[in-house]
Amino acid sequence: MKTISDRPFLVWASVTALVAGLVVFSKGLGPPVTFPETLVVPVTDPMNAAMRWFVDAFGWLFKAVAWLFDWPILFAKALLHSLPWAAWFVLTVYVAFRSGGPGLAVFTALSLLYMVTFGFWTQSINSFALVVVSIPLAVALGFAVGTWGFKSDRAYRVIMPVLDLMQTVPAFAYLLPILLLFGFGTTVGLVASILFAFPPMVRNTIVGLRCVSDEVIESGLMSGATPAQLFWSVRVPTAQRQILLGVNQTTMASLSMVIIASIIGGTNDIGWEVLSTIRKAQFGESLLAGIVIALMAMILDRITWGFAVRSNAAVEPSASGWKICAASFAAAFILAYLFPALREWPEAWIIDPAPSMNAALEWLFVEFRATLEAIKTAALFYIMLPIKIGLSQAVSPFTWGFAVTPVIATAYALVAAAIAIFLIVRGKHQKALGIILFCSVLYVGLTGLSWLALCAIIVALAWQAGGKNLALWVGAGLAFLLLTGIWEPAVVSLYLCGVGVLLAFSLGSAIGVWASENNTLSRIVRPIIDTLQTMPLFVILIPFVMVFKIGEFTALLAIVVYAIVPAIRYTEHGLRNLPRDVIEAAIAIGTTRRQLLWQVKLPLAVPSIMLGLNQTIMFGISMLVITALVGTDDLGQQIYIGLGDGDFGVGMTAGIGMAIIAMTADRITQGFNRQIQSRLGTKLDNAL
Amino acid sequence: MTSSPSRSAPKLSCRHVWKLYGNVDEHLKAVDVAALDTGRAKSLAQDIRDRGGLVASTDVSFDVMLGEIFVIMGLSGSGKSTIVRCLSRLVEPTAGQILLDGEDLLKSTPKELIDIRRHKMGMVFQSFGLMPHLNVLENVAFPLKLQGMDSKERLSRAERVIALVGLEGRESSFPSQLSGGQQQRVGIARSLAVEPEVWFLDEPFSALDPLIRRQMQDEFLRLQQDLHKSIVFITHDFLEALRIADRMAIMKDGAIVQIGRPVDLILNPVNDYVREFTNDVPWELILTAGDVAANTTPPPCIKEVPASTNVADLLPYLASHESGVAVRGEGNTLSHMTSQSFVAALASGISDASAVKD
Ligand SMILES: Nc1ncnc2c1ncn2[C@@H]1O[C@H](COP(=O)(O)OP(=O)(O)OP(=O)(O)O)[C@@H](O)[C@H]1O
Ligand SMILES: [Mg+2]
Repeated sequence: MKTISDRPFLVWASVTALVAGLVVFSKGLGPPVTFPETLVVPVTDPMNAAMRWFVDAFGWLFKAVAWLFDWPILFAKALLHSLPWAAWFVLTVYVAFRSGGPGLAVFTALSLLYMVTFGFWTQSINSFALVVVSIPLAVALGFAVGTWGFKSDRAYRVIMPVLDLMQTVPAFAYLLPILLLFGFGTTVGLVASILFAFPPMVRNTIVGLRCVSDEVIESGLMSGATPAQLFWSVRVPTAQRQILLGVNQTTMASLSMVIIASIIGGTNDIGWEVLSTIRKAQFGESLLAGIVIALMAMILDRITWGFAVRSNAAVEPSASGWKICAASFAAAFILAYLFPALREWPEAWIIDPAPSMNAALEWLFVEFRATLEAIKTAALFYIMLPIKIGLSQAVSPFTWGFAVTPVIATAYALVAAAIAIFLIVRGKHQKALGIILFCSVLYVGLTGLSWLALCAIIVALAWQAGGKNLALWVGAGLAFLLLTGIWEPAVVSLYLCGVGVLLAFSLGSAIGVWASENNTLSRIVRPIIDTLQTMPLFVILIPFVMVFKIGEFTALLAIVVYAIVPAIRYTEHGLRNLPRDVIEAAIAIGTTRRQLLWQVKLPLAVPSIMLGLNQTIMFGISMLVITALVGTDDLGQQIYIGLGDGDFGVGMTAGIGMAIIAMTADRITQGFNRQIQSRLGTKLDNAL
Repeated sequence: MTSSPSRSAPKLSCRHVWKLYGNVDEHLKAVDVAALDTGRAKSLAQDIRDRGGLVASTDVSFDVMLGEIFVIMGLSGSGKSTIVRCLSRLVEPTAGQILLDGEDLLKSTPKELIDIRRHKMGMVFQSFGLMPHLNVLENVAFPLKLQGMDSKERLSRAERVIALVGLEGRESSFPSQLSGGQQQRVGIARSLAVEPEVWFLDEPFSALDPLIRRQMQDEFLRLQQDLHKSIVFITHDFLEALRIADRMAIMKDGAIVQIGRPVDLILNPVNDYVREFTNDVPWELILTAGDVAANTTPPPCIKEVPASTNVADLLPYLASHESGVAVRGEGNTLSHMTSQSFVAALASGISDASAVKD
């Protein structure tokens, strides 16, 4: 039983008092409520000046690199375009067959046919050319850095935090400095995709090289291996599987960045196809193009994954297989000259259901307008707005049917106080604090809450999760947001992501629990979340924009749908992979299925579920940035604006701000998770 | 025990080998380990431990003769693996000397060391240490490949050793497709492929079930009969040691407690620690007439047996012939064995005499 003189309790009590006080007496308090303008440091102008100076001084160097990088891209494009599609078709299907067997080969064949017959071949090839060039470079860079981090502990200590930072800075934010340094052109996409895609390769290389067992190394030594032989013939091949998993992740990251990079425009690739059609509200077209991206992602994922997991198995690449492949390749080549349709799909044969799709969509709109609007307004009035601007403003005759008069406000306060007092009488002091805090925040909403109050809550959370150090770091991060003047959009980000994560996590963990008990559901859910996870973020946005148009609600839906993936996955994984002896012991005692789930499995799976929460937040944030496209007014939008205007200062501070939010959320959840784990005495690896 | 090692020259010796872990090198810096006697070494080790050092080997010295199987036993954590890894220099000893054919191994350069490992040493690991990405044939040929041997020769040599360990037909299997016993055969074949002179085996059969283990021991002995390697073999299992050892050492806390033939350890254990290991051994099965015969001249006209006769075979005869048998030992000496001398031999291995009250 915790006493009320407990330190965390005292801290939270003072935080609650502060927050409640600031809410009640917000009128006329001034600086503690609205951050004083005078304190904001104008960082964007000096940043822009510095960037301009840097570009002036070293721009030539980057231009030279850009020129250099243009060649392999041009070459890849020329090569890919010069051969008939039928030849590539044969080759790709064969590679898919080698990697994943007949199933994957059929899937690949159908996907490629879709790209050809729906008239997306050229755009697909243009995107693919970039991916093809960026993957080997990202893999090589990642492997080199990973090897360095493996060999030197000091390098490791530098590399890891840098990778953390790189992986939390949103993909969008990468584009801006690269754009300014390298100038317009395909190189931007290439460089961005290399920088974005190499970190997972580094991590996997380090993990793989480290995990080679001592005995394998010793047996290599006893076989008389020189240091170089030990590395290349023993360590690397033994770590092959992990390294190839790194290649898989790098491939996926590279593709998604190539797609995102098309936002800077000027390229005739598949990402641009999606974007430009979305902007013109041609949703049929953008959905068709989005499907191409999804198919590309799935094919690349399955093929690289297949090679990774098969790497240690006994499938010898049969020479005859390659011969057959080469023969069919040649045959396709020759046939393509006899039948031009095999070289270039005739314009007239292209299937184009987009107009009818648009018409259908239009019909759907007219028919279901009322329902769709009702869903949207309900979510807006009763969930989103109260959290964003608080009950005090969200509740109005127009929305809830009544206004917040002083009487109602007082009643609200009294009810909250009554519940709190009731809880205190029952000895539940912490819950009482929670209620007061919750009601105070809900009354004014996140954006209406004074900066001081919000900072106090977040720092207190950080303190409880990770002690004084974390609290200091988080405090510094928050100070950055305040001083650079991006506090307001940051709070909107916090709100959007918070609501999204809340919904995704509660829904996702419920589904995860259910799926862990129900094999049929699990079999249905698994491929869906696998697909969602490999999907470039753009694509997920498309259906929601189609139905709900632009706006925060659409953004929220996209966030929920994407962030639900880890919530389901980790919950189910945690529940299904508990120590067998504990479960058997519980069954032997005679628990019912329900008791087993609620009293044994769930408490034990908490660390894994918490890890799921952590990942849910990270997924939510990465989607949040992309949703700037559908018109949010948060940090992501600032990045987007910075990108559009070429304003380095604005884009970069917003990007860093986003990274600060992501890292804060990450460290706090991880801190709590560590506490739970040490209480349970379990250790959990992050590998999923 | 079947082969008779030549006692002429030690193939491999370690002299006063110490291994400390952690950053405690300064503990031994000023000490001339060769000059320490056993008692002083013991108190020094205790002293280092008291100061927070981790002593994995304490003044270990022994010789392995040409063609001999030398077994090391001891409880978990007693430093067995550490000492073999010192012998192969997988672990760098903190102090001491390791002599291979009279040359100090610790003085060899990295290049020489690689050469020695390529041609003179082989090692078999408890959990096999096979390369998961290579099939059986490639695993066995791996050391040869590292040496740069051309592929035809190395594959044919690998096939020969694979046949030697009875794995023909599994050449293209991968380690993950083999049973534990088969994997260990691959490990053995790999270590034999370079035709080593010194062979280290660190609990090679511990991961195997008893039946397979027994079968592997038989095969190991059969191999040794053909190959005559000098072997250091670690085991947890006294019966295993008994079957294969020419001589053995028992270790405790990094130090050697006793060295001798298995029978010596059974009959004359230096302390209770050693006695614990030998307690469960069915003695009548391993003792020979020579081991238990009293050092007295036998009376004339009794039955005569060779010294190597197993005691178990004599027991029925002794039960009905009080006068016992004459035992003809090495150099045609005769000694006398009665049921009385058998009981006396057994008694020497038991410390607790309290069962019979006066
Ligand atoms: N790399 C290391 N760092 C620190 N201490 C070590 C290291 N390797 C071994 N030790 C310690 O040295 C001691 C001897 O270990 P060793 O592996 O030689 O024991 P062992 O007799 O082979 O045990 P087992 O029968 O369990 O294999 C142990 O106390 C162990 O903790
Ligand atoms: Mg050991």
